Amino acid sequence: MLNYTIRRLLFAIPVLLFISFIIFLILDLAPSDPTGNLPLTIPPEVREKIRQSLGLGEPMYWRYLMWCKQFFINEPLNIWDQWMGTCSFNCEDRLRVVSYVTRSPVVDLIVERLPQTLWVVGMSYVVGILIAIPIGVISAYRQYSWFDQAGTFVSMVGFSVPPFFSGVLVIVIFSVQLGWFPSIYDTTLKVVDWDTFVLQLKQMVLPVMVLALQTTAQISRFMRASMLDNLNMDYVRTARAKGMKERTVLLVHVLRNSLIPVVTVIALGVPSVFGGAIITEQVFKVNGIGQLLIIGIQGGDAPLVQTLTFIFAVLIVLANLIADILYGILDPRIRYD
Amino acid sequence: MPDGAPKVLDVRNLNTVFRTRTGEVHAVNRVSFDLEKGELLGVVGESGSGKSVTMMSLIRLIPSPPAEIRSGQVLFDGMDLLEVDDDTLRDIRGARIGFVFQDPMTSLNPVFTVGFQLREPLMRHMGMNRREADRRAAELLELVGIPDAARRLRDYPHQFSGGMRQRVMIAIALACDPEVLIADEPTTALDVTIQAQILELVRELRQKLGMAIIWITHDLGVIAGIADRVMVMYGGQVVEEAPVRALFKEPRHPYTRALLETIPHVRGKRAERLEVIEGQPPILGAAPTACPFRDRCAAAVEICGRENPALREVGARHRVACHLSDTGAGSGAAPEPEGAHV
Repeated sequence: MLNYTIRRLLFAIPVLLFISFIIFLILDLAPSDPTGNLPLTIPPEVREKIRQSLGLGEPMYWRYLMWCKQFFINEPLNIWDQWMGTCSFNCEDRLRVVSYVTRSPVVDLIVERLPQTLWVVGMSYVVGILIAIPIGVISAYRQYSWFDQAGTFVSMVGFSVPPFFSGVLVIVIFSVQLGWFPSIYDTTLKVVDWDTFVLQLKQMVLPVMVLALQTTAQISRFMRASMLDNLNMDYVRTARAKGMKERTVLLVHVLRNSLIPVVTVIALGVPSVFGGAIITEQVFKVNGIGQLLIIGIQGGDAPLVQTLTFIFAVLIVLANLIADILYGILDPRIRYD
Repeated sequence: MPDGAPKVLDVRNLNTVFRTRTGEVHAVNRVSFDLEKGELLGVVGESGSGKSVTMMSLIRLIPSPPAEIRSGQVLFDGMDLLEVDDDTLRDIRGARIGFVFQDPMTSLNPVFTVGFQLREPLMRHMGMNRREADRRAAELLELVGIPDAARRLRDYPHQFSGGMRQRVMIAIALACDPEVLIADEPTTALDVTIQAQILELVRELRQKLGMAIIWITHDLGVIAGIADRVMVMYGGQVVEEAPVRALFKEPRHPYTRALLETIPHVRGKRAERLEVIEGQPPILGAAPTACPFRDRCAAAVEICGRENPALREVGARHRVACHLSDTGAGSGAAPEPEGAHV
């Protein structure tokens, strides 16, 4: 397993380099202009100068190599220096990946945004999974019961109602009509005591609810199908013939087998958590990663978009690897060595 | 087997019905039989004759819905297994009645070690702790002839061959020293040499442990080799039941005779073509009111379409359900199947 993991990690390096180049190519082909959002009174010569100063006059391959150097060498060195409080390889002149628009290092922007996204989107993913798995198990065990029918209905709603609708709907119901929860996520809130913790929880409820509905819908369906596949297997009959309790049959024998494909799906979904939920973040004014990406795209901010997209690519590659490893751990029939 | 040995299992008038979208299917009709202590009862019949459903109904192991046990009694140790509550039944399953299934490739849980699956009934029924169960599990694997048992306990089912997996299944069924072992076509999915090994193993274990066995098969050669008594099923009912010698010597039901004629001969003149019983077994949409075999029966007469024959005693422990059973339809010696199979 270790050998396999190392081999896969090494293989991921050329894959990711290739992906980063493709992203760069596509961004370069896009007709966006980093000066496009500047006031119209700025004359074209000045705009051209701004572009030159951003390095856009250099040839494409040179700009790509510079990004590579900044991202793969300078940024890790910078993190190292920050941790150790040192200054290695003349840290003063070291160029970092800098946003065209805000002129601040992209990595700092991401680090600033990440907690909100993880709190809201990550929490909704966890909540969704925790709700979905029991629903899937019970729905399958009591197939066509009223519980199963209700689960099917909720899943259908979760699948088909987009978050820009369900988000606005829960705002209208729970913040406007009932006034239970705030409609806007306040990023400046610092959790210092019990009261602020409650406030933080309250402002998380609505976005988490909207996002968890989607996750629950998908994973509970998956779980149900997988359980149903396994419930009719011969080994279930064997377990019953051994006199095992129904609980043991269901929660030991069937569940373990049914989780194998579901865990893979869950692992593959993790990158989307880091990617943020672009629309839901907009609806609830959560200034997370998704919103950052939108701002970057609108402002023609190539370094920001390039870096963010590349980080997503890394996460997707890693999630695939983790899914494969989990598969091997859960299913003894699969061995990679 | 000596006549009058105590009965371990007494099944009376069992009826099982499957409810399907297109109506009911009467899979088991008025099945009655008993099983004596230490006896090996062979159950034969073609696919769909209700053999497996009958045996699974005994310990309510059939999926319900769609199946429904309509009526009947299954007397075991003074209890009616169709009446007892689920907990009592679970205490009997695996502890006092063991079950071996047809397909060893799918009957073991792929994600748990063989040791885990063997320990389960031991810990559940015998109250053993893990270490005791481990020791007993290793003994059981040795008993069924798996070498290097203690190490093999840590292996997963996919690391065993088909024959070895069936041995594991048998070890699981035997784990708690059951009084009755029900084997549902345990050798059908195995190739012939492995089949012979498993048969030898069962014969040996039976002598050693002295349990009663119900052996379901459609292979008459196997039956001839190991059974004490044979029950022939057709269309969800018992059509003939006799001690094994009597059944092969003088089969009384036309279906039994036809079955025996389908066995190809190894010695003697080579047959031009294989013998078959023409037609298909019936799918019973309602409880049968006529003999289910009449459409394929060469000797059928008018009464066969009017009345479903009941089982009648025709010899020493020999029962037949046929209107013609006393009119000399039992003449004509059927071939001995010895050497035909296995």
